[in-house]
Amino acid sequence: MPLNSKIPAGPIDSKWKTYKATCKLVNPANKRSLEVIVVGTGLAGASAAASLGEMGYKVKAFCFQDSPRRAHSIAAQGGINAAKNYQNDGDSTYRLFYDTIKGGDYRAREGNVHRLAEVSANIIDQCVAAGVPFAREYGGLLSNRSFGGTQVQRTFYAAGQTGQQLLIGAYQGLERQVSLGNVEMHSRHEMLEVVMVDGVARGIIARDLVTGKLERHFGHAVLLCTGGYGNVFYLSTNAMGSNVTAAWKAHKQGAYFGNPCFTQIHPTCIPVSGDHQSKLTLMSESLRNDGRIWVPKQKNDQRKPSEIKEEERDYYLERRYPAFGNLVPRDVASRAAKERCDAGYGVGSSKMAVYLDFGAAIERYGKIEANKQGKPNLSKEEIIVLGKGVVKEKYGNLFDMYEKITGENPYEMPMRIYPAVHYTMGGLWVDYELMTTVPGLYALGEANFSDHGANRLGASALMQGLADGYFVIPYTLGNRLADDIRTKAIPTDHPAFVAAEKEVSDRINKLMSIKGTESVESFHKRLGKIMWEKCGMARNEKGLKEAIEEIKALRKEFWSNVRIPGDIDEFNPELDKAGRVADFIELGELMCIDALNRNESCGGHFREEYQTEEGEALRDDEKFMYVAAWEYKGEGQFELHKEDLNYEVVHPSARSYK
Amino acid sequence: MQHYNMNLTLKVWKQKNNKTKGGFETYPVKNVSSEMSFLEMFDVLNEQLVSEGKEPIAFDHDCREGICGMCSMVINGRAHGPWSQNTTCQLHMRAYKDGDTITVEPWRADAFPVIKDLVVDRTGFDRIIQAGGFISVNTGNAQDANALPIDKQKADESFAAASCIGCGACVAACPNASAMLFVSAKVSHLALLPQGDPERKSRAFNMVNQMDTEGFGSCTNIGACEAECPKGISLENIARLNREYIGSMMSGSSVEGTA
Repeated sequence: MPLNSKIPAGPIDSKWKTYKATCKLVNPANKRSLEVIVVGTGLAGASAAASLGEMGYKVKAFCFQDSPRRAHSIAAQGGINAAKNYQNDGDSTYRLFYDTIKGGDYRAREGNVHRLAEVSANIIDQCVAAGVPFAREYGGLLSNRSFGGTQVQRTFYAAGQTGQQLLIGAYQGLERQVSLGNVEMHSRHEMLEVVMVDGVARGIIARDLVTGKLERHFGHAVLLCTGGYGNVFYLSTNAMGSNVTAAWKAHKQGAYFGNPCFTQIHPTCIPVSGDHQSKLTLMSESLRNDGRIWVPKQKNDQRKPSEIKEEERDYYLERRYPAFGNLVPRDVASRAAKERCDAGYGVGSSKMAVYLDFGAAIERYGKIEANKQGKPNLSKEEIIVLGKGVVKEKYGNLFDMYEKITGENPYEMPMRIYPAVHYTMGGLWVDYELMTTVPGLYALGEANFSDHGANRLGASALMQGLADGYFVIPYTLGNRLADDIRTKAIPTDHPAFVAAEKEVSDRINKLMSIKGTESVESFHKRLGKIMWEKCGMARNEKGLKEAIEEIKALRKEFWSNVRIPGDIDEFNPELDKAGRVADFIELGELMCIDALNRNESCGGHFREEYQTEEGEALRDDEKFMYVAAWEYKGEGQFELHKEDLNYEVVHPSARSYK
Repeated sequence: MQHYNMNLTLKVWKQKNNKTKGGFETYPVKNVSSEMSFLEMFDVLNEQLVSEGKEPIAFDHDCREGICGMCSMVINGRAHGPWSQNTTCQLHMRAYKDGDTITVEPWRADAFPVIKDLVVDRTGFDRIIQAGGFISVNTGNAQDANALPIDKQKADESFAAASCIGCGACVAACPNASAMLFVSAKVSHLALLPQGDPERKSRAFNMVNQMDTEGFGSCTNIGACEAECPKGISLENIARLNREYIGSMMSGSSVEGTA
């Protein structure tokens, strides 16, 4: 099937306007008889379910957590971008569009990204109206800060809990629709299959995670808002339950998977402390506004950071990238940290960490504060006390979190940080309307591949999730459902539902019948180790080929030796996890195949064979300026389809932050 | 920071489902590192149980960074354990020493029935939000975000109330199993903002009503909720809720619809 991205014709800044002015509409009476299934209740899912409910559609929403408010969007810390230009510093829709295309290393679609930049301002308006308490200045207006890969201040935030505040806003809108009867909420439910009727997605099979019962749910359309798949690496900043299962089931039903190897490794996370580690914790990118990153100039330096003098420190980001300094994009900062540690300059007991130091910021803020208070003659110690107060107000919750985890006080000594898996730019391939290659099946937010190319800029994930849910899908879904108003709700005793449920039930029975000796957790850890070592921050042909073989062997072993305690018809988290790990194993193989196919380095995808003399990513626009969309062709078999990327506005060039 | 290993005895509440009676079971856990989180210690124990062919202990958890509100254990009698302003997932084992015995129970409240072991049903909180914990604004209705300046102090106070993670520790800590701190945090979050003003009367009234319907207890000003709240939600919010509630009663507009 040829890929049609359905980008509207016309100049970049009128594509979305033209689309909205010409797309088909569904009248209010007809909306009442159209049913929509929304899987996942993070920013994309909650905002979509609430908005569609408001419009009059009959919505059913699903989440695996005990409440829709728990979805992992809640953990986003630093902020959300919007081209408001409230700071009068030269921002505009075009700038946000340009920064995002460049930040993504010219592997994202212009049309989608421009739309994202256009609706970004509406998102802030909507959230404020819904009661999201963003940070404000004394004049009562909204405050902004900087994030990586940009030279303007366009990031709106709520301390280090922006994701929480945005999600609670969307969740409250969702619960309002539940109370009005427009949305039916199913928590502690996991989607395990897409039901296809005559080649169209018409429902899902979901498992009630409390009783273990399988349920059939019909929908005229199905929206997957199920987040990213970073947990394929076992250790990541994702929540423990974040998984690829819904997206993977869709993939096996015909939805192409776009750019699966594009993974974001976030530069500032708390380093691994031991084998017991279950997850990694992010320290927000906003900290790079004020923190300076360094390692000792001397190899294998055993001294405490306080004993290492200024001239003995290598502020390697400021040295290598003077124009952006500590605020280079994430992929660049992560690779630079790895380079220093691999070369023997790492710090801490594992030597796989670098310092993020607030000493200079504390002193700088202390002086400003002293002046504000009219006390210019304070001692250095007194200035530092004042400065710590300012830093506490800006980043207090992050500093507290660091101290709880490490037992070290970051006000007194620099944080130790190291890159960790954080976000996946890849995901289900979607067209301009956010529809996958399966008619009637949509993917929103991190679950799709569309807006961030090969590297996502900080504070853009929240923007995309809410853009898709609040402002894109309400239009694009109507454009399809306008032709579906004569389709009556399909009863769930239809053979397609029966067959899909049997498929799921057989798979669960098969898993339970293995009765092997090795735990699900252990398989997941082994998969993660392969992925991190061979498909992580740096990849090469030999490693990827080995990884593919190792993953194939692991899959075999999993299906013959996994041990799942308990029963099917009860609350059984081990069984839930087993299904997810089985899907991660299959996805891991595809990620390696995709990484092996892409003989270039771009954004977060760094192939060691393709780099400049200075160690920067070396793109090959001649051969690889395309989206790799993979079609599932049976176990371990995938066929590549290419969507060429056309840059009509931005001219791809070597990405430079020097 | 010196790291060390320890051996512990765990007494954990086990309960197959909400129809059967539960009880404590005792488990030895060996070689626990002081660097582990409390839930990672449970991971180690569960791995051990699976390898012995036994059933692991069910517990709720997800983000493991103290923000989703899913983890919920009463540890040695305290909701979320011994550290102040902390969630179970952020509690680390350096809080304990070799030879310690630790008792772990689920949130206990009639309105939070046990699902299995340490997992409880907190959907009552969602229904309280449904009763009025929102601002009725449809997508697309909003004006420019800066058209409405908001006093920074008010915005900060509102944010402090909005930082509630809905975990239910306040209920678990309260001898009456009251949900007043949770309800008051939401009412305060929205009442402190001008956007929340049009619905403030019906909101307070309807949310309190729903709280009672769910079977949460009454507030008798003990303050255990504030002491155990992982996000430091202040008792002042309860005072504000009381004012809002009385205000809605006096005005007589309380029974109107919410949305």
